Amino acid sequence: MNSTPIQAGEVPGIADGRSLVLPFDPLLTLGAIGLAICSLVTLNGATRGLVAGQPLFYTERQGIYFVLGLGLMVALARIDYSRLRELKLGFYVLLNAMIILVLVLGRAARGSQRAIQLPFFSFQASELGKVLLIVFLAAVVVDRSRRLSERETTARVMLLALGPAMFVIAQPDLGSGMVYLVVALAVLFVAGTSWKHFAALLTLGVVALTIVLAAAPAAGVHVLKPYQVDRLTAFLNPTDNPAKQGYQQIQSKIAIGAGQKTGRGAQSTQTKLNFLPEYQTDFIFAVVGERYGFVGAALVLSLYALLIWRTLRILTLAKNLFGALIAGGIVAMLMFQVFVNVGMTVGIMPITGVTLPLLSYGGSSVLTTFLALGLLQSIYVQARTSAALKGRVLRF
Amino acid sequence: MRDIERPGDRQPPLSPQLALRVAVFGGMALVLFGIVLFRLWYLQVLSGDQYVQLANNNRVRDLAIQAPRGNIVDRHGMVIVGSRQATAVQIARDRLPPAGPVRRRELTSLGRLLAITPAEIRHTLNKKVNVPYANVTIKTDAGERALVTLAERQLQYPGVVVAPVYLRRYPLGSVGAQLLGNVGQVSPHELTLPRFRGVAKTGVVGQDGIEWSYDQYLRGRDGAKRVQVDSAGQPRGKPLTETPPIPGHELKLSIDLRLQAEGQNALAQGIGLAQANGHAADAGAFVALDPTNGEVLALGSAPTFNPTVFTHPQTTTQFNRLFGPQNGHPLLDRAIAGLYPTGSTFKPITAMAALQNDLITPTTPYVDTGCITVGREHRQFCNAGKAVNGTLSGVADALRVSSDVFFYSLGERANPLPGEVIQTWARKLGLGRTTGIDLPGEQGGLVPDAAWRRQANALEIACRKRNHGRGCAISGDPSHVWTTGDNVNFAVGQGDLQATPLQMAVAYSALFNGGTVVRPHLGLAVDDNLGRLVQQIEQPAVSHVDFNPVNQQAIADGLRMATSVPGGTSYEVFKDFPRVVYGKTGTAQHGFQDDQSWYVAYAPDPKRPIVIAMTIEKGGFGAEAAAPAVRLMLSKWFGIAPKLVVGHSKTL
Repeated sequence: MNSTPIQAGEVPGIADGRSLVLPFDPLLTLGAIGLAICSLVTLNGATRGLVAGQPLFYTERQGIYFVLGLGLMVALARIDYSRLRELKLGFYVLLNAMIILVLVLGRAARGSQRAIQLPFFSFQASELGKVLLIVFLAAVVVDRSRRLSERETTARVMLLALGPAMFVIAQPDLGSGMVYLVVALAVLFVAGTSWKHFAALLTLGVVALTIVLAAAPAAGVHVLKPYQVDRLTAFLNPTDNPAKQGYQQIQSKIAIGAGQKTGRGAQSTQTKLNFLPEYQTDFIFAVVGERYGFVGAALVLSLYALLIWRTLRILTLAKNLFGALIAGGIVAMLMFQVFVNVGMTVGIMPITGVTLPLLSYGGSSVLTTFLALGLLQSIYVQARTSAALKGRVLRF
Repeated sequence: MRDIERPGDRQPPLSPQLALRVAVFGGMALVLFGIVLFRLWYLQVLSGDQYVQLANNNRVRDLAIQAPRGNIVDRHGMVIVGSRQATAVQIARDRLPPAGPVRRRELTSLGRLLAITPAEIRHTLNKKVNVPYANVTIKTDAGERALVTLAERQLQYPGVVVAPVYLRRYPLGSVGAQLLGNVGQVSPHELTLPRFRGVAKTGVVGQDGIEWSYDQYLRGRDGAKRVQVDSAGQPRGKPLTETPPIPGHELKLSIDLRLQAEGQNALAQGIGLAQANGHAADAGAFVALDPTNGEVLALGSAPTFNPTVFTHPQTTTQFNRLFGPQNGHPLLDRAIAGLYPTGSTFKPITAMAALQNDLITPTTPYVDTGCITVGREHRQFCNAGKAVNGTLSGVADALRVSSDVFFYSLGERANPLPGEVIQTWARKLGLGRTTGIDLPGEQGGLVPDAAWRRQANALEIACRKRNHGRGCAISGDPSHVWTTGDNVNFAVGQGDLQATPLQMAVAYSALFNGGTVVRPHLGLAVDDNLGRLVQQIEQPAVSHVDFNPVNQQAIADGLRMATSVPGGTSYEVFKDFPRVVYGKTGTAQHGFQDDQSWYVAYAPDPKRPIVIAMTIEKGGFGAEAAAPAVRLMLSKWFGIAPKLVVGHSKTL
């Protein structure tokens, strides 16, 4: 194994005369680009009539987000993620500042607000917050990696996540808030926190849910807004209230079911005639199901499977604990979002307003996901580089 | 990728703990993918057909396109009933939120917008309908503001749609209200009837009056279109299929609008006169016929109403308030369904019976001493006000002064004769059965005789047995058999006789047209919407009766003298009238109630002869109320300056 010494942080080009080392993980990149193409094709077919006079409104914008996101990913792949540890405090402050700013602006606007209006697009702070939180929590855990068995570590990590999660839920963005908590659990899980702690957290969670959903409303305190409770419980029996929360889910199921094996293509009516609301964002999987049928839906799901498998693989390759924890957080974020969103469209999960990574229309969601993928690429590249330095070649 | 195969490559050691936890992640992912894929398989492959159906139902809706209903015009082509396009706020029940607070809130808010109570909306919604999910109209002609609000906030009002509809238009308000009838959505029962074959389940059909009789011509045929709708129920793009509606035909009536309006005015004036005389008059009716062919020139009933109220949805309570007893049942068309004793207007019929059966000749004199005693019961019958008319030169003279005693004696003499001569002539001239006018709800009335009395008594006795002795109002006194007195009363149009103003008009027409019992009718012709004749409506006469022209002349002379010779019962009313009028007053007695005022007249004319029958309930003597009203109608018909002239003849 005669490899040229490479400085940490540099991107390996040609590692040696014989093997080509890509500056990124090819399969992860393939999955991401595949999903981006699926998103563009779906949006192009379904949203032509949404904005009068601009049939490509959504497709063009989503395309721009993808190009920006890919650039972001490539750029991130070239830096060593390990350096981000130093910025952890800055990330946390930025995360909370953004979320609180949105909350304050929202109050001023007398209503719900999830986004900061920027000149070109409205920026959804809670989306970016997911990645910031993953990096921050990973750094915190790394700092305390020798005290993982202490309850204090677990409690501290969970509380640090709970803070921004509550702010996000108050926006109100229940879905993102849940992602924050899931991410924290995943980071602890990968770090090796004892099962006992998880059992205790589970108990605590059940008690908290009981209070929030049952005890507090009975006492007159509404932690969740009534519509959020409705949305969370409507999926259990959608025909109960077809006009409201159950409506979207019924229409979504009709759309997907009507797609049958190979889809209805241009004959799709559920989306074209607006039976399905917000179909370019939260319910895009229903559009895929209706237009492209079981075949299309299964293709999209297999691309996600590819993405998740590669993330888990990168987790195991990571050169240090920090990388593994970041990968763990990201895999949890991806899995949670994919299953909650897809589960919602097929009627087995409540409506929580979680976007489908890379497929849903929206700049914040797309860029955040590419940010996460960039981190994964960085972990992958760093792993290869350090392996090369140690005279090993990594297997995929 | 070649690295993979390179031998000797080693992975960095993975701690067993991390490996386990990654495996847990992987396993979780596997299980979740499995669940989602299985669910997709279930939705798309196993139940796909069912969802395709649901999706198609979601987007395609069959909408009826209402056909404009044909106009109803008078004999000169003036529009009596038209159609106009209006907006209707409708509720699509299948798209309404399910019963509960959400729906309640929506209906309350909608009610506020449309100025109707949620209870009224619910009442309309709960009505029985043919098509469970057909739209239900809750308000027509909603204000501009309400319509704009509904259009802007479609999502706030799920299940509420604004649709164009055709409504009936009545440019002359209450003119002809009862005879025109109204239209409404076809009922489940009506759909089973042959006359409504081919009507769409949501179709609008005539429910009463002319609208009912000529519905098959007026209604046209609704069209249909299949449209693609969005989630708000709004049509998108061009209809997928479309059957255009066929507009209804125009119906020309024999009615003369000006005479009709004047008739209603005259009736109202007559009621006013009677009230001024201290009578409790509140209702009445009139019929004007062309005696030669039975064309109805005018036909009205009081109290009346403005049929425009039927173009707006109303609740049962509202309906009852408008059309209930406290308002005198304005829907009842008393001209064809009001059954009354006719008083002395019946006397010409008795006269004809007596003349034809040779009880008298036209010149048989009679000495009217004011009273006669009749039958084995020795019941005394007297003239009204105990008047004594002295020597009458014949039947014409008796008709002129309306001598009751003269006709009592005829009733007395006719009673023992075989063949019920007066009853027979009453029936021959159209009494005791419906005239066959082209209107629903006509009553046949009653020509009383001994057989009828026997039958009524038998029914009453059987009924009382069932009811343990309580009276059944079929016969007041079941032990009372037909007596001479009954026939005496009948001979002057009192007692048990029941006839409609229309029947009297038909009988008088026959007396003056040489014996043709016409079938009164309103429909003249059906035109298509371009004015081309589709069908001429022929109404052949019901029958013809033969009578001696000499006898007819005697009766005509009597009625002529009644209006033109001093002492005639309506002389005061018609003495300065510039046309020849044959007229007979009538005053029907109703026990303790005020008397009912009657007048039946015939005015000859080579081109436009006319017979008018007018009655005013509780109106007093015939000359006091009904005769002046008939004069007003005749004035309008012949273009004479109208003048309200009241007579004072106190004859029955």
